[in-house]
Amino acid sequence: MTINEIQDELIEDFSFYGDWMEKYEYIIQLGKEVPLIDEQYKIDQFIIKGCQSKVWLFPELVDGKINFKADSDAIITKGLVSLMVKVLSGHTAKEIADADLYFIDQIGLKEHLSPTRANGLLAMVKQMKLYAIALQSR
Amino acid sequence: MDMYYLCNENFEHKLKKFDIQKIRADFPILKREVNGKPLVYLDNGATTQKPKTVIDAITNYYSDMNSNVHRGVHYLSQISTDAFEVTRRKVQEFINAREDAEVIITKGTTDSINLVAACYGKAFIHAGDEIIISAMEHHSNIVPWQMLCEEKGAVLRVIPMNNYGELDMDAYKSLLSEKTKLVSVTYVSNSLGTINPVKEIIKLAHAKNVPVLLDAAQAVQHIAIDVQDLDVDFLAFSGHKMYAPTGVGVLYGKRELLDSMPPYQGGGDMIKDVTFEKTTYNELPFKFEAGTPNIEAGICLAVAIDYINDLGIENIRAYEDELLDYATSKIKEIAGVKIIGEAAKKSSVLSFVVDGVHPYDIGVILDKLGIAVRTGHHCAQPVMDLFNISGTVRASLAVYNTKEDIDNFIAGLTRALKMLL
Repeated sequence: MTINEIQDELIEDFSFYGDWMEKYEYIIQLGKEVPLIDEQYKIDQFIIKGCQSKVWLFPELVDGKINFKADSDAIITKGLVSLMVKVLSGHTAKEIADADLYFIDQIGLKEHLSPTRANGLLAMVKQMKLYAIALQSR
Repeated sequence: MDMYYLCNENFEHKLKKFDIQKIRADFPILKREVNGKPLVYLDNGATTQKPKTVIDAITNYYSDMNSNVHRGVHYLSQISTDAFEVTRRKVQEFINAREDAEVIITKGTTDSINLVAACYGKAFIHAGDEIIISAMEHHSNIVPWQMLCEEKGAVLRVIPMNNYGELDMDAYKSLLSEKTKLVSVTYVSNSLGTINPVKEIIKLAHAKNVPVLLDAAQAVQHIAIDVQDLDVDFLAFSGHKMYAPTGVGVLYGKRELLDSMPPYQGGGDMIKDVTFEKTTYNELPFKFEAGTPNIEAGICLAVAIDYINDLGIENIRAYEDELLDYATSKIKEIAGVKIIGEAAKKSSVLSFVVDGVHPYDIGVILDKLGIAVRTGHHCAQPVMDLFNISGTVRASLAVYNTKEDIDNFIAGLTRALKMLL
């Protein structure tokens, strides 16, 4: 599936949830599905700065495509990073770097993109794109 | 159980005495909803909401008297200067300073502490000298001293605390020496709520001829302060945590100390005569007030003090203490909650962690329920390190909070934990 197809699927998934509580329960559930980063990589080098909770993100280049593994010590943040991994993992560096992540707004998580929010969703997006650009130029 | 019943009974009694609904009506923001729920504002340690009298005074300043202070001969400048100077006298009375010249209007607590670090530091701190702070300081009362020590080759000493969040006074006594040149401690801890035995701290320091700075940012809105009775040398606090606007604060200092210190910043207002050869400095308090101040916030600080005085600071304290007791007893009923900061004497702060749950997650769910708390390290990372935690959830109280706010908060927390555990 393309990045946009995955985004559209998530938008549809989230449309089933009427209130915020169900939405957050789903996000928490998604957190449990994130491909976990290997414990050995849970070091400062792979921490995303700008989060009140800790987020570790590890990129891997496999057959020209980038796979992300991640973890967080807060479960809502873990759900948010899981969403990002779902959308961006398994694509080429160029696709990731060029991605327009419209789904965040459409599933009602735009508030988490504000730089004043402490969860660092913005920092996550930025870091994933930076990894893609770095791996692309390698 | 009996104790709780008694406490609750007492609380109802106080509620009747204190017209809380009238107080709440004074704060327009409390009528608003957040995320479709009535706002429950429990982040008062970060900043308090403003009463309508303060909000109106801001508008009134700009609609009726806006003009620069301390320089114009024209009418508007005179009335804005008069209003600004009313604040200085109000603060003087509020903290019982000897004279209004001992009240320096600053940008806030951080600015006040930095002023002392820069000016007292310049005059009196030398290589090998020691400055004592405590283990429960927030960053504003750590970093300025670290910077000063680094610059001067001085040494920072830290009074340790016990697991309840109380200072180790014996350790403090042994830290005080001929090398000590200043003690700078908080009156009330922003992350733990501990009320420190400041009178004793000051007395012990004075016995060694060491001046003391009190960070009263979390005290001045809850506890009556008399600088002469405390015999404190410097006192710093912010307007915005005591119902006044942001951008204004106070540094109280004893005249003899302030007189012996060089000016802080150079500029307008702090000079007497300026030539390219030499500048002579203005008298207190203007010596430390370079440049145009935040005039409207300065004027409105007097209005906020009037508000506190009308309610009575002792009444405020009694009411908030009852509320804190109520919140503490309620939260203890929730399994897995650990209160961080269990000092015998506390003020208005309930900081806690929950086993297996990140404070951030609790904060997000509470926000969805319209409940504002602070999560994280509260700009006091060393305190968090001491308790071996990354942060806490902090509910902090003000005079407009109610038993219903606490009930809503407890219900919200219970709901959040159901989702998160």
